[in-house]
Order: sequence, then C-alpha cells, then structure tokens
Amino acid sequence: MSTNKRIVIIEPYAMIAQGLRLMIDEIKGYEVSAIIADGHYIERIVPLHPDIIIINPSLIDIKKKGELEDISQRVPNAIMAALVYQYVDPEVLRYFKTTIEISDSREKIAVKLRQMIETNDQPAESSELSDREKEILVAVAKGLTNKSIAEQYHLSIHTVITHRKNLTRKTGIKSVSGLTVYAILNNLIDIKDVE
Amino acid sequence: MTSITTSRYTAQMRMAELIETNYNLLLLFPRFGLELGVGENSIAEQCMRQGVSPDLFVMICNIYTFADYMPTPAELEQLDVEQLLGYLSRSHKYYIESRIKPIEQQLKTITGHCSPTHNVVLQRFFSEYEQEVIHHFTYEEDTVFPYIRMLMACNKMQAEYDIDTFKNNHSNIDDKLSDLKYILVKHLRGIGIADQTTELLFQIYSLEEDLNKHTFIEDVILIPLVQHLEKRIYEHQ
Repeated sequence: MSTNKRIVIIEPYAMIAQGLRLMIDEIKGYEVSAIIADGHYIERIVPLHPDIIIINPSLIDIKKKGELEDISQRVPNAIMAALVYQYVDPEVLRYFKTTIEISDSREKIAVKLRQMIETNDQPAESSELSDREKEILVAVAKGLTNKSIAEQYHLSIHTVITHRKNLTRKTGIKSVSGLTVYAILNNLIDIKDVE
Repeated sequence: MTSITTSRYTAQMRMAELIETNYNLLLLFPRFGLELGVGENSIAEQCMRQGVSPDLFVMICNIYTFADYMPTPAELEQLDVEQLLGYLSRSHKYYIESRIKPIEQQLKTITGHCSPTHNVVLQRFFSEYEQEVIHHFTYEEDTVFPYIRMLMACNKMQAEYDIDTFKNNHSNIDDKLSDLKYILVKHLRGIGIADQTTELLFQIYSLEEDLNKHTFIEDVILIPLVQHLEKRIYEHQ
C-alpha cells in the first residue's frame, strides 16, 4: 500500500481541478484519489478516506450552517485546504488550515501541503481520555443533555461540546448508545446506571 | 482507489467482463433479480432477458464503481421510476435479511465469549441499530414510495407532502454501524476469537460501504427525479 498522502479535490471547473491535479502529481508524497466536481460531495468523500481535502469554498453553502462541521465530523482525520480564486467570506476561510491560491507555483503548493501535514501532526496527544472527559462520557451515557452537563460541572455549553467532540475523536464513536457501550466496556459506568 | 476517469460501464459491455472489473457488483444481482450463468451476453441482453432496465442497472454499477460518477440529467430523465422503486425496495429487504441478520448472528457468537454484562450491552446496541434501520426503510416504503407512485398515477400534487420533506428528513443511519466497527477494532479486548471477529468486521465494512451507495442513489437519483416530476405536474396545474 502506498504511503502517499491522499488528496481529494472538490472543484466545479475541470480545467482548474485537472490543472491542480497535474501539479500535485509532480510533488512527491501526495496523490489525488479523486476529483469531485459537484455538490453532494460529503457522502463521496467519506469512503475515500482522504488525508487532505482541497475544496473550493464557493461550493459550501454558508447559509446551510454546519456543512463544514459536518465534513470535519464525517472525515475527522482529513485536513482541509481552501482553493481560492474568487471572493470568499473570511468567516468561511477561518475553518481552513491553509488556502491554495490559483497563482501559487508548484513549489509553493508543496510547501503549503507539507506545513499543513506537519502542524497537524504536532499535537500528537494521547488517545487516552482525560479525567474530565471520562466524567463527561459518563454523564452522556446516563442520558444527560449538554445543558445539564454544563450546569453540573460548571462549564459553558461550548466547553461541553468541545469535550464531546474530543470523545468522538479519541474513541471513534459518535452515537450516545455507542458511547454508553464504550463506558460499560471500560468499567466507567455500571449497566444499572443506564437502565 | 478509483480515480477520475472517462471510462464508464455501458450496456454493450459483456456481463461477465463487468463482474471481472469489480466483483462487488455481484452483490447487486440478487437485488435486481439477475441470475448468473451469463455466458457471453452483454449487459443489455442479460438485463432484457430478465426484465431489468439496462439503463438503471448500468447507472447503479457506475455509482458502485466510480467514486466521481454522477448521472447526467438526461440519463435521469430516461429512467423507469417504477424499476428504481422496485430496486430500492428489494435492496431494503436484502439489507435487513441478507446482511444485517447474519451480522447479528455473528456478533452473538462473539459476544457469547464476553462477560454476561458485555454480552447484553453489545447485543442491545446492535438491536437498536437494526430497529433504526428498519424504521428508516419502513418510512420510505410506507410514505415516500406510495407518494411517488401516486404522483405518477394521477399526475397530481398532494398538498400535505412533497419530496423536499423527505429530502430534509433523510436521516443518517450510519453512525451506529461505524461505532460498532470502532468498538470491535479498538475497544473490545481479550475475547480471543480473532477469526470470527475479523470475518464480522469484513461484513460490517462491506455493509457500511454498500449503505453509503444506497443513500447516494436515493439522494442523487430518486430525489432529483421526483423533484422533476413535481415540477412538471405543478407547471401543468
């Protein structure tokens, strides 16, 4: 199996997408697994397991809030880069690790890709749950809402949501039932507490 | 990994050759009611012989094989909606009976080696998943498909329902299956029956991929087709 970093390009115009692909093909260590030209791309990205997603942000419906969060949840390991050649709302650009400009040279793209990968690898934190995360996990398994968890532990809802995202990232488990199973398998909670 | 390509399946291709390019397509045969023993027949010949629309079969094979494939509006226009609904219904039945039930049995064998508590918890988790899937399919069978058939039969819009209602509520049923995968791979320790667990995981991965394609088919073929139908009827009213 190749150890190249897999890239998916999501870009409506074939000339631009193919051009970028040709440039990336010449950079060692990367391969373009697919080019997706239209909306409805989220479902198609998931089975490709990309390391990097290069997407034209104009395809993202800003009004449809949560689309970017949806991508990062469904493909949690992928790093997102924006492919920019039109005006893009800076609010949207905040979500991306880097921007690739249409005027970028191959060398410049190579540097940007490498930096993205490196800065992403840095926080190589352990996948063990912290004590706080374990507490939150138990509360989630017991069926508590984010609001009541926040109240119980004197946290903001935002912090609770961050903890929950980290729980999913570390365990790989998304559903509340799945997290409950995890909590029981790891003896964090007794089956009687969730019945 | 399928990369962008201009090659696509066509109905003129031989059926045997199609299977040779992607054996996963065999999983589609029972759902289309297609039989093997295809000889030298082309896809078109084999489909016609067994009452299957070659256009629909080829389109679905393309979706299953080429990650970047998207049917064109013109191709969608020509599809036989009744055939599509039949295919989706048979797929639903196939997922439950031929895929999910066997996975449930395999899981039981494995959890039988766990502590009684873990056994109960894991089986309960899977049965929740199964109920979720059944509920999802039943809604489509009992509400969405009859609505589409009604649209085609009487060429009339129904005030209480439209396909956008379905589109906006087309729920995601893949979380629990993916969770089970992680539980088996990362979190369930020390049961010592690697063979069966590996086999089970293969089945889960394959089902997950298949269900992704199924949702994709509903989202990019079924919904646009019905939207088109609604628009035509609305303009004539």
